[in-house]
Amino acid sequence: MPRQTLDREIHHLQDEVLLLGSMVEQALLNAIDALKRRDVESAKHVYLNDDLINEKRYAIENRVLILFATQQPIAHDLRLLAAILEVITELERMGDYAKGIAKIVMRIGQSDIPIPGREISRMGDQSVSMLHRALSAFITEDVPMAYRIPKEDDLVDDLYNQVYHKMMAAMIADPEIIDHSNCIMWVVHNIERTADRVTNICERTIFIATGELLEIDASDDEWDDEDEL
Amino acid sequence: MFQSKPAELLTMTQEKQKTPLPRTTLTSINVGETDGSQDLTKLPIKLTVDDLSIYYGKFKAVSEITMHIPKNRITALIGPSGCGKSTLLRSFNRMNDLISGSWVEGRVLLDGKNIYDPDIDVVDIRQRIGMVFQRPNPFPMSVFDNVAYGPRLYGIRKKSVLDEIVELSLRRAAVWEDVKDKLHQSGLELSGGQQQRLCIARAIAVEPAVILMDEPASALDPISTLKIEELMQELKSDYTIVIVTHNMQEAARVSDFTAFLMINDERSGTLVEYGPTEQIFTNPQKRQTEEYVTGRFG
Ligand SMILES: Nc1ncnc2c1ncn2[C@@H]1O[C@H](COP(=O)(O)OP(=O)(O)O)[C@@H](O)[C@H]1O
Ligand SMILES: [Mg+2]
Repeated sequence: MPRQTLDREIHHLQDEVLLLGSMVEQALLNAIDALKRRDVESAKHVYLNDDLINEKRYAIENRVLILFATQQPIAHDLRLLAAILEVITELERMGDYAKGIAKIVMRIGQSDIPIPGREISRMGDQSVSMLHRALSAFITEDVPMAYRIPKEDDLVDDLYNQVYHKMMAAMIADPEIIDHSNCIMWVVHNIERTADRVTNICERTIFIATGELLEIDASDDEWDDEDEL
Repeated sequence: MFQSKPAELLTMTQEKQKTPLPRTTLTSINVGETDGSQDLTKLPIKLTVDDLSIYYGKFKAVSEITMHIPKNRITALIGPSGCGKSTLLRSFNRMNDLISGSWVEGRVLLDGKNIYDPDIDVVDIRQRIGMVFQRPNPFPMSVFDNVAYGPRLYGIRKKSVLDEIVELSLRRAAVWEDVKDKLHQSGLELSGGQQQRLCIARAIAVEPAVILMDEPASALDPISTLKIEELMQELKSDYTIVIVTHNMQEAARVSDFTAFLMINDERSGTLVEYGPTEQIFTNPQKRQTEEYVTGRFG
């Protein structure tokens, strides 16, 4: 008794997860682009579009719950569907980060405070690239890839530190811009958190393929106490 | 969130500056993995199946099975139709002796003693290892006599003792409330679900250690099925239960351990995988088990 209905539903859900992922990727890129161009209109667009991301997430969750109730998925099917529930939660959070960036763009408006656009772009591109490949690995259950991607998080952390130093220097030079500089720090914080959450998607990929629930340590969760600022 | 005060933000960014520890795998468990209560090597074993093969004439229906069935647990035998589940189950109380041409190789140990040893009394084995069948099969006699049948066979004559055994057995089989006013009506007048619980009462009236059940719920409606399944959970504190079922959800719901059988190239039933039910249904280790439990077999 082959499971055509379940298989078809699972394929459909995987497509939906990829679609949700690309909505989130686009939101992040658009939010960062709006920041660099100080484009309040397009930031507003990202801000409002977050509703679509939330809706898509709940639609997927609903489908998964219906499959639990009607198809009694077991073993690999069960792990896959449970993992989808986790991954869409991560994606929705990432969407919230993009929305947060958009909100900051709307707040900064046309002000001429310095924005380290090059670093922020590179952080955004790197995070989105990690997310994109993590979702491919999730769908293809590529375990080696799922182990590799979280290692790239260091690059995002390095860029974060560069932006931090730049903003500190700017604030010291001109205390007037402290408030706006804080906004910029929140932008990079949001991008950095996005890359961290990619790790969780990779963990779920390993879970589906092997049944192993593991935690790949996100590099920013542990700190060496002796290290000075 | 970006309204937070500069001081707070500085604390956050300060932390951010510190060097991360090398990335490692912090914690890891495997889905379906559980505490020691699921470890067969740590549980008392009631039945040991040791290199057991079962033949019908020249046909080897079950091939070289070795497995340990833990005490006070429910063990399910699952697998495609014809893979030898019923044959294996029947061999656990020598019901297969009743089929002409059937014979076994290997051993089945009850508390360490081989039930196929020549000095074994088969009647005694069937008292200690009871059986419940797929179709409820009450004897064509009263509810009372159905349950009293076994104890009488084993020599109990006293009315007061029989009364007590009958009531206790019917209570344990969760059918007392249904039949207490019908004890002297025929068992055949009960509903299917009641009949099956009557058969369970009949099996436990002789105080067995092990109860074998061959698809005990497959002829019942869903509510009666759930009642039997609940009953099994209550019975396992007193008995060791082995159940054959073709219904995987049932195996998942009721059993603690699951054995998956399949026929090999010679059409003999073999044990493919045996382990904690939680593991078999979340993370089976063998490809054939995965295909079978997910419903993609064949
Ligand atoms: N009384 C019998 N005489 C001969 N062959 C039998 C007898 N009972 C079962 N078999 C054969 O043994 C194999 C296993 O049967 P069975 O134990 O009933 O499988 P299951 O319970 O898994 O469906 C089948 O090939 C079946 O035809
Ligand atoms: Mg059978």
